[in-house]
Amino acid sequence: MHGQRGWTPAWAKAVPRERYRVVIVGGGGHGLATAFYLASVHGITDVLVLEKGPIGIGNVGRNTTIIRSNYFHPENIRFYDFSLKLWERLERSLNFNAMVSQRGTLNLFHTEAQRDLFTRRANQMRLLGVDAEAVSRATVKRLVPLVDLDNGRYPVLGGFLQRRGGTVRHDAVAWGYARAASAAGVDIVEHCEVTGLRRQGTRVTGVETARGFIAAETVCLAVAGYSSVLAAMGGLTLPIETHVLQAFVSEPVKPLLDVVLTYGAGHFYVSQSDKGGLVFGGHIDGYNTYAQRGTLPMAEEVAAAAITLLPGLARLRVLRQWGGVMDMTMDGSPIISKTPLSGLILNGGWCYGGFKAIPAGGFTTAHLIAQGTPHPLAAHLGLERFAAGRTVDERGAGPFPYLH
Amino acid sequence: MLRIACPWCGERDETEFRYRGDASRRRPEADAAQDTFSAYVYERDNCCDWHTEWWLHVGGCRKLLKIVRHTLTHEIRSVSGAEAPDSPVRQADP
Amino acid sequence: MPGPARIAQGLLTDASSSVGFRFDGRMLRGLAGDTLASALLANGVRLVGRSFKYHRPRGIVTAGPEEPCALVDVLGPRGREPNRPATTLALHEGLVAESQNRWPSLTFDVLAFNDLLGRFLPAGFYYKTFMAPGWAWERVYEPLIRRAAGLGRLEPIVPAHADPAETVHDHADVLVVGAGAAGLAAADHLGACGLRVILAEQDVVAGGGTLLDERWRSWRERLCAALAARPAVRTLTGTTVLGAYGHGVFGALEVLPGAAAARFGVRERLRVIRARRTLLATGALERLIAFPGNDLPGVMLAGAALAYLRRYGVAAGRRPAFFLNNDEAYESVFALTAAGIECAGVIDPRSSSRAAERTRTLGIPMHVGAVVGGVAGRREVRAVSIDELDGRRRFMLATDTLLVSGGHTPATALASQLGATLEWQGSLAAFTPDLASGAGRVAGAAHGVFGLAAAARDGAAVARALAADLGRGADASDIPEPPPDSAVTPLRELWEVRAPGKPGKAFVDLQNDVTAADVRLACREGYEHLEHMKRFTTHGMATDQGRIAGLLGSAVLAEARGVPLSEVGVLRPRPFAQPVPFAALAGGEVREHYRPKRRLPLHDWHESAGATFVSTGLWLRPLVYSRQGGWPAVLDEARAVRERVGITDVSTLGKIDVQGADAARFLDFIYANTFATLPVGRSRYGIMLREDGMAFDDGTTSRLGPQHFLVTTTTANSVAVLEHMEFHLQSVFPELDVLLTDVGDQWAQFAIAGPNAREVVSAVVSGIDLGTAAFPFMSAGAATIAGAPGRIFRISFSGELAYEVAVPAKQALPAWSALLAAGERFGIRAYGLDALNTLRIEKGHLTTAELNGNTTAGDLGLQRLIKKQGDFVGRTLAQRPGLTAPERLQLVGIRPVERTRRLRNGMQLVAPQAREASLGYVTSSTPSVEFDGWVGLALLSGGRERHGQRLIGLSPLHNEATEVQVLSPHMLDPENNRVRA
Repeated sequence: MHGQRGWTPAWAKAVPRERYRVVIVGGGGHGLATAFYLASVHGITDVLVLEKGPIGIGNVGRNTTIIRSNYFHPENIRFYDFSLKLWERLERSLNFNAMVSQRGTLNLFHTEAQRDLFTRRANQMRLLGVDAEAVSRATVKRLVPLVDLDNGRYPVLGGFLQRRGGTVRHDAVAWGYARAASAAGVDIVEHCEVTGLRRQGTRVTGVETARGFIAAETVCLAVAGYSSVLAAMGGLTLPIETHVLQAFVSEPVKPLLDVVLTYGAGHFYVSQSDKGGLVFGGHIDGYNTYAQRGTLPMAEEVAAAAITLLPGLARLRVLRQWGGVMDMTMDGSPIISKTPLSGLILNGGWCYGGFKAIPAGGFTTAHLIAQGTPHPLAAHLGLERFAAGRTVDERGAGPFPYLH
Repeated sequence: MLRIACPWCGERDETEFRYRGDASRRRPEADAAQDTFSAYVYERDNCCDWHTEWWLHVGGCRKLLKIVRHTLTHEIRSVSGAEAPDSPVRQADP
Repeated sequence: MPGPARIAQGLLTDASSSVGFRFDGRMLRGLAGDTLASALLANGVRLVGRSFKYHRPRGIVTAGPEEPCALVDVLGPRGREPNRPATTLALHEGLVAESQNRWPSLTFDVLAFNDLLGRFLPAGFYYKTFMAPGWAWERVYEPLIRRAAGLGRLEPIVPAHADPAETVHDHADVLVVGAGAAGLAAADHLGACGLRVILAEQDVVAGGGTLLDERWRSWRERLCAALAARPAVRTLTGTTVLGAYGHGVFGALEVLPGAAAARFGVRERLRVIRARRTLLATGALERLIAFPGNDLPGVMLAGAALAYLRRYGVAAGRRPAFFLNNDEAYESVFALTAAGIECAGVIDPRSSSRAAERTRTLGIPMHVGAVVGGVAGRREVRAVSIDELDGRRRFMLATDTLLVSGGHTPATALASQLGATLEWQGSLAAFTPDLASGAGRVAGAAHGVFGLAAAARDGAAVARALAADLGRGADASDIPEPPPDSAVTPLRELWEVRAPGKPGKAFVDLQNDVTAADVRLACREGYEHLEHMKRFTTHGMATDQGRIAGLLGSAVLAEARGVPLSEVGVLRPRPFAQPVPFAALAGGEVREHYRPKRRLPLHDWHESAGATFVSTGLWLRPLVYSRQGGWPAVLDEARAVRERVGITDVSTLGKIDVQGADAARFLDFIYANTFATLPVGRSRYGIMLREDGMAFDDGTTSRLGPQHFLVTTTTANSVAVLEHMEFHLQSVFPELDVLLTDVGDQWAQFAIAGPNAREVVSAVVSGIDLGTAAFPFMSAGAATIAGAPGRIFRISFSGELAYEVAVPAKQALPAWSALLAAGERFGIRAYGLDALNTLRIEKGHLTTAELNGNTTAGDLGLQRLIKKQGDFVGRTLAQRPGLTAPERLQLVGIRPVERTRRLRNGMQLVAPQAREASLGYVTSSTPSVEFDGWVGLALLSGGRERHGQRLIGLSPLHNEATEVQVLSPHMLDPENNRVRA
């Protein structure tokens, strides 16, 4: 250690040029990761990342920091597990400690029907070589001594554990990718809002911004909840609704929860940060909104689930609540895709699972931009799947974003 | 939290209602093309602006309401029954 | 008077009522009315905790909920509760509190070593260090950091019946937040106008700043009496408004004082307040100045010292010095002097001021044009270093206490949440909120009107405007003339004293141990936006939400960036205004009340018959009539049905009554098959799709009259199907004459199934001929059942000859009992959900395990039911290539080739030669009563073309690989002879 001197700004504050090969709209996790992989994997450094505010304070900076790859659909398992593998070596890739902590994700089940669904999911994961294990009630209690297994309403019957799941320090993800992308030659310009997409016929030729027109061979949208707003600038309508998802943090206390825990009888998931606060979240509020704020009924609902499952939390205090706006798709799965406009690539529709997907999302989006064809791991995430009836619907909830 | 003035029941908390999505989209005629149906089912304007939307008052009169609400400020401009004509929602803010 | 520093009679303390308590094992005494902080100060206890990161000694800084440092663990009947601010913790007899973040003891703390390492542990140090070697972060560094993290320890004792908590729903015309001079005057005016007012005050008493000025006593008492006399005004003390949630909705936390808590059995109430208008009179908070050593115990805000004196009669120090940049804060100097405390001196960066003049006349040493450049002392203040701004002199002043004021910051959090923009006020060196009047109004110090009399007048004026908004005219309120404010000299903006070359950390966030140097480091490394600086340093993210120094961090950042503070701004204030216990947020709907329990009309019977219940959604359903687990009891029940007769309670099925001239037309639109052709008195199995073409729900629908149908839905989808029907009726077909009524709760329904079902049912039913000729399979009709009017349907889920009888819910027990009695001679058995499942799997009938939202009618083998003509929900999109592809997962039956092997739900099906590629999975399985061994249903790629194939059922979770044979899902009686018998 060396007294922390000599560090210069983590990412250069660039001045935009008039023309780039690739302009990425959105300086969040996916936008910055896409820029990094364009530079580091494909050698494309003529890249601009535009962010309307400061980088990294959208969803990448306001989520519950969970990483995992326990999905139903084989395509999704492969995609998210690739992400998990990139997380596992992220620190070396970026030379920045994002504090990847594989402390395990534990999903509880409370009915035999839930057990069956988890069994199916875990078996599918194991077929693909991804870690998943079933754990007994006794093991649940050992892993999380605070759990009330019988909890009066929906007793815990057991759990499913993915040991490689865990948490990552979310801000550091944005900063680490920004720093590495910047070092590789990518321009990052903050406080520069995109106000329009310039088109020639069905081709996108660049972006209108607060600092003038910037031409690009490829424009990539990576703006999460604002995907529809940006797409509308090019005349596109997307299979997306924007909903708010809330998160909460408690006051910091000495360690009492060592895994990421998900309740199966209500919408509640929780982990404890390195700083000691419990970070937890619930379900989306369920109606279109761009307001990044929390609501009271959801706070009440999540707290009720929390002390039903973990009654010892009753006297712990909740410090803050906040909301992020999610781009909920019509099947609950993301979109990494070309669009009806040539030169326009969409990385979006992350619903509330975008954080864990940042490395894979950036990697496969960079591939799509650089190669012009979908990366095999993201081939199922094209926009065309909706009209074709090949949706990837993990919950089977159908085209109702408020149910995913 | 939204407070919705149901024309039949009065002003109530949002928790009494079930959101049913964008009310500006109308089910195509029976003989419409697959793509037309696909657009109806999957595509949304999802504007950051005034938005006409359905809410079903499941905890009250069970009427389907048509509400014009701003998706950023949550201000509600009107609440009416389902049969009300579409109001122009894309005009400038009042 | 308990405690050596108790020098006067406090406004809130009762000198005649001594209270014993323990702090870190030491037995001490305070007074009723004390907070823990005031009692500790009265006893001369100044070191109360260790800081988060550096484990530096910390004392009491404030006298309110904004306290950053004096957090303690409280040991009570519910175990150890961490992080309670001593400044708001009401003292009570037997209170046991412990300091936090120290080991082994507060005065000797091992991790204080971190402080010496401080050079290596600045903000953001985690991100750049602790990486090499690659595995070391998770195995070595992170566990170390986690052990050191956190403030207090949570060690709950959870009683068998959790402490109740309550949620209260309030409505008002106007919510007034803050009962200081402005809020009291406003509430009185609004109340006099006849408006319903809620006046919420976080303090345990109303009064705000007027409590600290003896001249205001009579004004305050008169107003409080006037408010108490107005029934439409409710004053809620101990009530913190937590956040503004839009549409006039606010959350508030009411903390009940000890006596009330004991009386009501609740410690807190969450109040959900709905108000037509809001008046924010939230006051202003005194702020800290950054200078080296500004965290040492003995450094306190000046206003806090005034509060301790006035409210509790406690002197914050024996010989305090003051570091002030504004005249308002001098009130502490004057009050402590008047109380007989010798003041060591006052340091003021201004060259002159009215208050400084008055100080001089009191004979107190006045050091104008000077700042505090450092603090001497190891565990508490011994002296301060005074630096003259012109650089001429630097000298030490001996003192035990340094009382600081850097000015006052209006409390704007709620206003911001209501959408206020913040405007920089140079004269106050603070932001004030500008709020569109429709959302609410701000009064008093909260929008920069300082001085109690000015605030009172402002409160009244804003209330008048607000009353006019609400159509109320002049009032009859009679607010007494307030005592005049003293004239003040404007403050001098001062955020940080930088003393180059002098050691010591200058803190901007005391709880999170963020120094001014950390802020500058963040800026140098590019984290120069306030949001980035906050996240990099954790400034403002502690339990106190940076309330006394949030603006200070912005100011240091602004200076580092070389831009005006107004350009940097302040952090966006998010709820909650004060940390809220989970219990208070959750209210009463926890544990056994987490979700309502829906009980069947026969719940008590099922229970007395020994049923094990299972929660399916909200319902409690009998799973099996046995308290032992395992298959034998289930299979006994199922075998009774196959061999004799059984009865099961199917009342949870959704039942929707559909009436009207267009009822048939509407059902033909909702269902993928046809109902217009269904004759009266007949039932038909129906399948409905979602508009995207996927199967949604199934069930039987019966025609009870020409314009009268009864739809049954699955239990799981009963709510969703009704909403789906209502939505389409009201949005797509509002012109149709159809009425939908949920009759699910009105009818109890039982299935009687088995070869002897007809004899059993005939014995209790009259008014209907149940012979196959008169009442064939899929018939429906009215009948008298055990003497009550009911309905009877000849439908079967089990695959046996079966009837379902429906009776009004209150007739459930007589009908059920009569059926049991009639079945006795056949050995009738009640059967539960598990046996029902066994029976339907053998028959190939569906539940939500197969109707899982990702299957089409075709996948489920129901293609032949889909009508070819006419529009219906899902018709067009069901024809898409993705929904008709031959490789889709299709429903099949499966059996293990080796009959002794078991199946498992969730088993993956693979080809023997390609075991990594899943071809499908088992949805449902059971040991069979009809066949040898296990049977199951599966969804299998191209399954209908695979009947007869042998595949492997893999469950890696259980290390199982079982060879299975694929067959038709209709394993039992495919010709339907039994149901037609």
